[in-house]
Amino acid sequence: MRIPLSALMGMVLTGAFVLAAVFAPWIAPYPIDAAVGKVWEGPSSQYWLGTDTIGRDILSRLIYGGSVTIFVALVSSLLSFGMGAFFGFLAATRGGWMDTGLSRLVDLMMAVPSLIVALVVLSVLPLNLTVLILVMGVLDSTRVFRLSRAVAADIAVMDYVEAAKLRGERQGWIIFREILPNAMSPLVAEFGMRFIFAVLFISTLSFLGLGIQPPLSDWGGMVRENKDGLVYGKAAALMPALAIAVLAISVNLVADWILQRTSSLKGGRGG
Amino acid sequence: MADLLTIKNLRIEATAYPPGEAPRQLVLVDDVFVSVQKGRVLGLIGESGAGKSTIGLAALSYGRGGVRLTGGQVLLNGRDIRTTGAAGLRALRGREVTYVAQSAAAAFNPAKRLMAQVIETSLLHKLMTREQAEARAVELFTKLGLPDPETFGRRYPHQVSGGQLQRAMTAMALCPKPDLVIFDEPTTALDVTTQIDVLAAIKEAIRDTGVAAIYITHDLAVVAQVADDILVLRHGKAVEYGATDQIISAPSQDYTQALVSVRRIDHAEKTAATPILRAQAITARYRGTSFDVLQDVTVDVAAGQTLAIVGESGSGKSTLARVITGLLPARSGQITFDGRTLSPDLAARSKDDLRQVQMIYQMADTAMNPRQTVGTIIGRPLEFYFGLKGDAKRARVQDLLDQIEMGAGYENRYPAELSGGQKQRVCIARALAAKPKLILCDEVTSALDPLVADGILKLLLTLQAQEGVAYVFITHDLATVKAIADKIAVMYRGKVVRYGQKSDVLSPPFDDYTDLLLSSVPEMKTGWLEGVIKTRKMASAGN
Repeated sequence: MRIPLSALMGMVLTGAFVLAAVFAPWIAPYPIDAAVGKVWEGPSSQYWLGTDTIGRDILSRLIYGGSVTIFVALVSSLLSFGMGAFFGFLAATRGGWMDTGLSRLVDLMMAVPSLIVALVVLSVLPLNLTVLILVMGVLDSTRVFRLSRAVAADIAVMDYVEAAKLRGERQGWIIFREILPNAMSPLVAEFGMRFIFAVLFISTLSFLGLGIQPPLSDWGGMVRENKDGLVYGKAAALMPALAIAVLAISVNLVADWILQRTSSLKGGRGG
Repeated sequence: MADLLTIKNLRIEATAYPPGEAPRQLVLVDDVFVSVQKGRVLGLIGESGAGKSTIGLAALSYGRGGVRLTGGQVLLNGRDIRTTGAAGLRALRGREVTYVAQSAAAAFNPAKRLMAQVIETSLLHKLMTREQAEARAVELFTKLGLPDPETFGRRYPHQVSGGQLQRAMTAMALCPKPDLVIFDEPTTALDVTTQIDVLAAIKEAIRDTGVAAIYITHDLAVVAQVADDILVLRHGKAVEYGATDQIISAPSQDYTQALVSVRRIDHAEKTAATPILRAQAITARYRGTSFDVLQDVTVDVAAGQTLAIVGESGSGKSTLARVITGLLPARSGQITFDGRTLSPDLAARSKDDLRQVQMIYQMADTAMNPRQTVGTIIGRPLEFYFGLKGDAKRARVQDLLDQIEMGAGYENRYPAELSGGQKQRVCIARALAAKPKLILCDEVTSALDPLVADGILKLLLTLQAQEGVAYVFITHDLATVKAIADKIAVMYRGKVVRYGQKSDVLSPPFDDYTDLLLSSVPEMKTGWLEGVIKTRKMASAGN
């Protein structure tokens, strides 16, 4: 199989991020919350990416922060896909009041900008990782619902689904065995996108102070902590921003490639 | 006189990009010779994949979707258009050569009026002024027998019927007074009774305008009506090339003989017996409409026999199948099966009732899940209805594969790895796996090439003899009906207009509609078209 260069680059970079996140305690040169140097030192052989607003090593915090950011983004995307895809398929196969009810509910949720909903909900609920993941997952599942309902609606009218209904198959078989395998490719490609939106969303929340709380660090929070340095020409805030950008681009390179493969496999075998 | 179009040693290639494999060169057409004189019609005939459309487009020096003309000459009016540059081709396409596509509905721009599209080429090439072009279009509309030719051009594509749209497209092709027109399956998507009108219109237009034409089709009987010469193609190579009379009456190649003698299955009608399925006074409509698609339909079929339901698109024949399966509950009427009344709604039927009635679809492609293997597709009913698992299931799947004459080695294949005929066979096996007493066959052969369709019909008859299963066979093709039916119901606009044993239905005296339907089936002899147009009772079914 030929993997285009862009996808390969994306895979290597994404892989590096994931490895760094998983093995953070062994890779990071300094502890996450120890002030080891002076304030806002530039990159040096000792501190590869410099130090932050209170003298902590930025590289170490990036690595630890990456594990939190990626973990939260991954789990909330999985949650949103589980919920969104299930209800989307259900709405598409059942139709009628079930479809109308679910679709209108989702419309209602999407009518209010998700950042505002998240800010309101998070300011009421206790701030911890579980709540954060739940809120992000539920809000994002509305987008997944729309996509999977549209994809499944196309598949649900195929003769093989009708044949399964005529055979007397239950809803579960129709959703998981007839529709899901055929909807998998667009959903996987969308997963790459939504994962990145989740990273950006959590960074946004952290930047606003409602995301991940100290002592844990995450990339959005690091941008916030160091943003004042920009005024004095210190690059500390740009490092986590750069990490977010690189992760977003590399995951999207992979997602693009999957999407391309999907469209060229129309009706064929999912090789 | 010099030929208008000569194609010599034509070679056409394409590159395939199978996922996960290295690209492959495919030779689509090899060493084909074609010549068309002014005012003559050449028929190109062959199965799907024979390269007939590709050759037709080569006359425009055009390769569709990455197809390349790699060898030979295409001489049009004496010059090789293969070596003409893009500007030269632009000047020639739509002026010297025009093209009529199979699906007029997909070829017209739905947002523009017909007139604007019909005269577009003539204006673009500055062949005539707008007034002249419109006058010519109206003249062509009249010639092609379109209603209200003066105002016909003001309509939008969706406001006219499929047959009329196909004729409008012919007018579009003829408007710039080309030397050559390529007709690519122009009547294939139409009903028989519509096809005959379009065919007659095209033939007359070709004769009156003195244009040369290449007529591409898979139906030998159709091409026999319009062509002077016929080129038979198979796998991109010429099989036989000769005058129409010779090809029809004295074909020299085995393959051509098979094409000519196709659809001559002998099927002795069985005597009437106790019905296993009886649909009584069925009236049905689709949700959200106020029109009964089926009106008071009563038919029955006996065990081990075949009821053929014949009609054109829109006659309600497929709807009847949906009512019998319970997909569309009837508004009134009753379905009795094997002595008991079936619930009108699918959801309320027992598993055993569902098992007894199986269905085979027209498009085998969409009737099978592309992500399941043949083994899963056939094995699922075994597992679902009979609880078979593991080796017992595999053995039974293999039995079924043997029964549909496919043999070993197919269990792990995906539908995309099967040919069209094999796909339909797998669908038959899936239906058989449930050991049903009745199988509904919805146009099961109409998407297949004639020789393949023949094989499927023979298989269905063999299986009926072995298993004693009854068929409700829905089709628009009367030749198929003759080959397979014991009983026939002719449907027209939601009603059964003629019903009975095959021999009774197919013998005179006929009602007007059955007469029209029967007489519209193209026969494999020249001059049939003119004869029918003169003698038929009903002008058209309104399409």
